[in-house]
Amino acid sequence: MTLNMFVQHTVNALGLGSLYGLIAIGYTMVYGILRLINFAHGDIFMLGAYFVFFTTIQFKLPWELGVAIAILGATICGLLVDRIAYRPLRSAPRISALISAIGVSFFLENLATVVFTGMPRAVVQPPWLMRPILLGEVRLVPLGIMVPVISFVLVALLLWIVYKTKPGLAMRSISFDIETTRLMGVSVDKIIALTFALGSALAALAGIMWALRYPRVEPFMGVFPGFKAFIAAVFGGIGSIPGAMVGGVILGFVEIMSIAFFPTLSGYKDAFAFILLIIILLVRPTGLMGEKLEEKI
Amino acid sequence: MRKLLTGMMICLLAAGASYGADDVIKIGFFNCLTGQNAFGGQLELEGAELAHAEIPEVLGKKIELIVVDNKSDKVEAANAVTRLIDRDKVNAIIGTYGSSLAIAGGEVAETAGIPVMGTSCTNPLVTLHKRFYFRACFIDPFQGSGAATYAIRSLGFKKAAILTDVANDYSVGLSSFFKQAFSKLGGQVVSEMRYQSGDQDFTAQLTEIISKKPDIVFLPAYFSEGAIILKQAKELGATFRFMGGDAMDNPEVVTLGGEAVEGFMHTTFAYDPSMKDMNPVAQNFTEKWKKAHPNKDPNVNAALGYDAYILIADAIRRAGSADPAHIRDALEQTKDVPTVTGITTMNATHDAEKELGIVEIRNGKKLFIGTIKPEV
Repeated sequence: MTLNMFVQHTVNALGLGSLYGLIAIGYTMVYGILRLINFAHGDIFMLGAYFVFFTTIQFKLPWELGVAIAILGATICGLLVDRIAYRPLRSAPRISALISAIGVSFFLENLATVVFTGMPRAVVQPPWLMRPILLGEVRLVPLGIMVPVISFVLVALLLWIVYKTKPGLAMRSISFDIETTRLMGVSVDKIIALTFALGSALAALAGIMWALRYPRVEPFMGVFPGFKAFIAAVFGGIGSIPGAMVGGVILGFVEIMSIAFFPTLSGYKDAFAFILLIIILLVRPTGLMGEKLEEKI
Repeated sequence: MRKLLTGMMICLLAAGASYGADDVIKIGFFNCLTGQNAFGGQLELEGAELAHAEIPEVLGKKIELIVVDNKSDKVEAANAVTRLIDRDKVNAIIGTYGSSLAIAGGEVAETAGIPVMGTSCTNPLVTLHKRFYFRACFIDPFQGSGAATYAIRSLGFKKAAILTDVANDYSVGLSSFFKQAFSKLGGQVVSEMRYQSGDQDFTAQLTEIISKKPDIVFLPAYFSEGAIILKQAKELGATFRFMGGDAMDNPEVVTLGGEAVEGFMHTTFAYDPSMKDMNPVAQNFTEKWKKAHPNKDPNVNAALGYDAYILIADAIRRAGSADPAHIRDALEQTKDVPTVTGITTMNATHDAEKELGIVEIRNGKKLFIGTIKPEV
């Protein structure tokens, strides 16, 4: 492999990995606070992408406005999901909420199939985002730089919210003990709703970025990325925001580099990702940057 | 318990035998109306509906077209065929886009003894060792070797790369037949890369292929993935040509791929609205289609949906009966029936024998460049 090719693969891996990371931080946030694996995350991601498709292509609104509407729309959907499917199950066993999440996921996918039809549709990419920049023989597009930058900025922002603000303090408190937090006078439902709003906004943003990178929307587009982001979140230590980002990037690298170094096995890149996941879980059961098990008690 | 079951079986059989007496002939239609392959399935349905409007009755009986969605899913495909046979008591079935779906549904039809006319399921396994499955299309070995023949003989290319979807029987089949023929005709396959349906990032595979500097890349993908792959190839600076199979034959490929699909070629059935000398059936089909769908071009899927219906109706007419077993026998005797995609004759393996067409995308439009006979 030449150096040029290696750099090209690295650029590709960083682009894909930071997209996984972007989806994973929404996942991990909800999990970190509620201990709920929100399987509907990938479908909120899909809705975000569809909102952009409809606002910018069907209704011909400018991009900035389309993105704003998409984030707002997905946030509302996320709040509704929490209100309808999760809040009534707050005191039920955790498995009930998990099943409810799977149900919501199927519901959203099928609803989208009915409303938008099952056909894939093209998304228009703004040309300036896709104009290739040549560095020697290595090619990258502005979007490929934007995604990692946006992801890292968002990680910093989220860390600030969780660790430096009052609602953030309440979130962390809920993750320790929901009942005691309630007794301290915190409006638990509002804080959880805020968590879902943030998670959904992140999902929508990731959906938009994904649809720009791979310009096609369809009702099941959230399934695979959602799945990968879940792996990335577990990989990095589910519950940890920087962990999700790191997990996403590593997953991107594993997928791309496994193809780069073992071209004959290129159809089985997912297997490489899973093998690595298993190794990580054997060596560090809580993931790369997860909390130590003892502290959870 | 056994008595009860036997009783139920007899009732079912009695109900099954009674449909011959009805005044309507029921033709079931199962296809991908939603899900991953919805595009192809919808077009095939529209084609079949057009044929139904044209031939609404046969043997003096009204034909009823019963449509069921298989959701582009193998399990649903088997369910759809079961439903058509058990509940709707159809005399014959049309479908489907997607070979793996046809294989799943075909098992059910075979057991029940109901003849099926496949639309665009091109994998050899669909009709292999089947008495009741037929198809209006040709098969993958023919298509794969046709693509190789065209690349070498007409374009003079020597080095090819292949990008295959390992989770898709169609793609795997086409790739292996292309590889075989390309090597036999003196070409060299320099790189074989793979992906799985549902993947959306192909940059690693494409970077590898670009480094091997092929003249042409054979890409037997479904159109929506194919378009994204072509787009990413262009982003990465690929300058070689791409060639695909009939699954890329969808007008939407241009909408999805934009400029990146310019110059893309694919093998397909010998029909396209842009072709110069059309046979009379194709002319009639194109005119009727334009009246029915003024804003949408027909494609081979629409044509094959139409052809499948015509072939079934023709067989019922020749059989002189709507009995599934008689329809089957008549289908086997199908010879020189003029259809949109050429003159159709059923061969010993129940596959239609016809010419192979080559299409290229130029200036955002599909252009039919000609037909070819595979050499290997």
